[in-house]
Amino acid sequence: MVENRPILNIVSHIVLILGIAIVALPIWITFVAATHDAVRMTQAPIPLLPGSHFWENFQQTLWGSGLSGTEIAPVWRMLLNSLAMAMMISLGKIAISLISAFAIVYFKFPFRMGFFWLIFITLMLPVEVRILPTFEVVADLGMLNSYWGLSVPLIASATATFMFRQVFLTIPDEMLESARIDGAGPMRFFWDIVIPLSRTNIAALFVILFIYGWNQYLWPLLITTDTDMTTIVMSIKQMLEAAEQSPQWNIIMMTALLAMIPPVFVVVAMQKLFVQGLTETDK
Amino acid sequence: MASITLKDLVKSYGDTEVLHHIDGAINDGEFVVIVGPSGCGKSTLLRMIAGLETVTSGDIQIGDRVVNNLEPANRDIAMVFQNYALYPHMSVRENMGYGLKIRGNSKADINRRVEEAAAILEIGPYLDRKPRQLSGGQRQRVAMGRAIVRDPQVFLFDEPLSNLDAKLRVQMRLEIRKLQQRLGVTSIYVTHDQVEAMTLGDRLMVLNGGYVEQFGTPIELYDRPATLFVAGFIGSPSMNFLPAEVASGMVTLANGARLAGGGTASGKVTLGLRPEHLIADETGPIEINVQLCEQLGAITLLHGHLSGTDVECVASMPGHVSAAPGTLMRFAIAPEHLHMFDTQSGKRVDA
Amino acid sequence: MLKRVHFPSSLLPYLLVAPQIAITLVFFIWPASQAVYQSFLIEDAFGLSTEFVWFENFELLFEDDIYLATFGRTIFFSAAVAILSMSMALILAGFADRVVRGATAYRTLLIWPYAVAPVLAGALWVFMFNPTLGIFPYILDFVGVDWNHYLNGNQAMALVVFASAWKQIAYNFLFYLAAMQSIPRSVIEAAAIDGAGPIRRFKDFIFPLVSPTTFFLLVINAVYAFFETFGIIHAVTQGGPANSTTILVYKVFNDGFVGLDLGGSAAQSVILMVLVIAMTVVQFRFVERRVQY
Repeated sequence: MVENRPILNIVSHIVLILGIAIVALPIWITFVAATHDAVRMTQAPIPLLPGSHFWENFQQTLWGSGLSGTEIAPVWRMLLNSLAMAMMISLGKIAISLISAFAIVYFKFPFRMGFFWLIFITLMLPVEVRILPTFEVVADLGMLNSYWGLSVPLIASATATFMFRQVFLTIPDEMLESARIDGAGPMRFFWDIVIPLSRTNIAALFVILFIYGWNQYLWPLLITTDTDMTTIVMSIKQMLEAAEQSPQWNIIMMTALLAMIPPVFVVVAMQKLFVQGLTETDK
Repeated sequence: MASITLKDLVKSYGDTEVLHHIDGAINDGEFVVIVGPSGCGKSTLLRMIAGLETVTSGDIQIGDRVVNNLEPANRDIAMVFQNYALYPHMSVRENMGYGLKIRGNSKADINRRVEEAAAILEIGPYLDRKPRQLSGGQRQRVAMGRAIVRDPQVFLFDEPLSNLDAKLRVQMRLEIRKLQQRLGVTSIYVTHDQVEAMTLGDRLMVLNGGYVEQFGTPIELYDRPATLFVAGFIGSPSMNFLPAEVASGMVTLANGARLAGGGTASGKVTLGLRPEHLIADETGPIEINVQLCEQLGAITLLHGHLSGTDVECVASMPGHVSAAPGTLMRFAIAPEHLHMFDTQSGKRVDA
Repeated sequence: MLKRVHFPSSLLPYLLVAPQIAITLVFFIWPASQAVYQSFLIEDAFGLSTEFVWFENFELLFEDDIYLATFGRTIFFSAAVAILSMSMALILAGFADRVVRGATAYRTLLIWPYAVAPVLAGALWVFMFNPTLGIFPYILDFVGVDWNHYLNGNQAMALVVFASAWKQIAYNFLFYLAAMQSIPRSVIEAAAIDGAGPIRRFKDFIFPLVSPTTFFLLVINAVYAFFETFGIIHAVTQGGPANSTTILVYKVFNDGFVGLDLGGSAAQSVILMVLVIAMTVVQFRFVERRVQY
């Protein structure tokens, strides 16, 4: 700090705490709603302090039938689906991006630049804008209602390939020269040198991609019709629709809470990696 | 152990030829330093010998094998890089043993060899540390250790001391020399530092613009530089170059001063005089108009002009000398210390 | 671009790029070209025959008042989200950059909305603004505002803007904080010695020095508001009431999957692709420039 101004410091802290209050308010309200019983949640004004029904709601949501009167999978099943999708997307992206970036950086081969541009183009097309034809392709391949259909079309992204390319370019050339003198072939070099040297970048990217995968909404909404394949994030919308008939806000908000916890936990627990991943992938 | 032969070696990038028809024979166990200014192609030449750059034409022979198309790993060489190229995620022990591990040596054998090398280099206590926990000098030793454990036929050094501070550089220079003498492995060492080259090499290959200017022992290079470039590059402070004319055993300087020497040469030449060969002599033929004294303690450097001209000239005198700007001082020089070069081609004109 | 040294060419690099290229071709290039192809077709009402009509779908779109209104609305929505979210983030980052104690704790507490899925963000906000139950309509009632975003289009728009901006504050905050922390301390100290107070320093030094980040975030926020807010709108308003919160991405989805107007939806997709490509190019040009500094 440049100068000592106690009043300004106090103002700083007040503003930051206010900011946190604004940012946290929706989450707090969600949490509070998840701790009351269904009846209390139909009376305005809704409570602002936690109630005593947290465990009850928790158990009913996670293991019970969930929202009564709807045809949806139990929440634990949806959490499992989300986990599978998020893991397949993030690990799949990391794997194919690592090897393609390795090929592009460390080999000189015909059409190298052609492949590079082909990958570059994909960077430009988020799934939302080519949603209908992509859906048709997946349907034609018989991948609807499967984990493969949920994850594979989202796996190819140029962002990860670009980031790894960037990382590999910062590995000194002498590493490769030294490894060649030591007698390491391409794959050996990849496993023994490149992967260990990119460890933190891989972890950082994993944090970002896990959140990206977990939070997918439109894509799973389109390609899963089977309730067994529903992901937790999708289910919120169905519950909101159901709420118009039979409002059970305590269960809906508990589900929302459960849907938020894994990605929020990942961000908070791996904050340093998360910040690194965020700033690197957008470079 | 092996000798190395370079035959008519050429390297081009596209249409640009960067190394022009290099020939040279390096004897078994010899320590050869390739020296030259940056961009002269010395590193490229070393990397070609290592197998990290392809050969455009000509041959590289290690022992009796032509190695042009062999992978670096199959050339039986080891290389110490400028930035050491230690694998940052491996311990010192793993770094040193990595090449042996790939070759499939047994664990026991790798350990034995790593520990032997570590003992020679006195890095035993650091074997389980990571490179980032070591000082510059220690990293340098690990890089050397990595070369030693392989027990190769040839050591290649690519400016290995340039990342160290001046004091450590002098110390490591001595250690490299001692180590090479002890192991007797044929070594090629690349540097741009002529002092390092002079102190390390059995022989020096002076490279300039992709051409070999001269290949000989340090003393040969100092006493009989073959070209203007070598004459200016070897020795510190650099040789003075003065325009002169030679006729029948007499050299005439630009200000008309005449000195004996020059042998059978004749016509216009560039005369080379080493500052340390100029001897203060009140009757000497060379008069210098001193502009500046640099007192270095053991010696004093006098910077000035050849009087009556604007040709710059430096003289080195033992001990402490002081002279006010504008002082005229006279010097003599022995005839065998005159170097004459053709002004056009830069080639030595032999006396 | 390429290492000075590389491994010799062989079959291996092709095998290494094969998975990425295969997925790209099947799930990106092929669908995208299908979208372009379909945008040139018109299907009759019964889906029995299709006709190749060149740019007629595009002409229809640009003559369609609803589409043009959607376009304008999308731009308004993006600008509102970007301005609201970035200014909040800038203020918070400015103060967080000042505090010595607790900076990490503040950061931790400010970044996690990033991890909340858009549709969840929508659900949270729609609950808070539920006309009968929500806490905000209850409070607003006291100041005489009758909140019902199911009926009032402006209120619906405000709500999706709030929810979208809320989720993006974390991202903008992190980038602003990083940019401020990378300003050399000596610059700020020199300004203080020159007599510039904290507000002046922010206005004259910090804000101009983070302007590259501001520009970068503008592009990122525009892309976010254009494409990634689908879940928020789907959860909060479904584009209503009376299309008052339908943005371009939502319309592509609605016309394609609900309205089954394949040609029109495809033409909209193509326009969106062109927009994305343009934004990406701007972003990359900018990143290139930033690297040169």
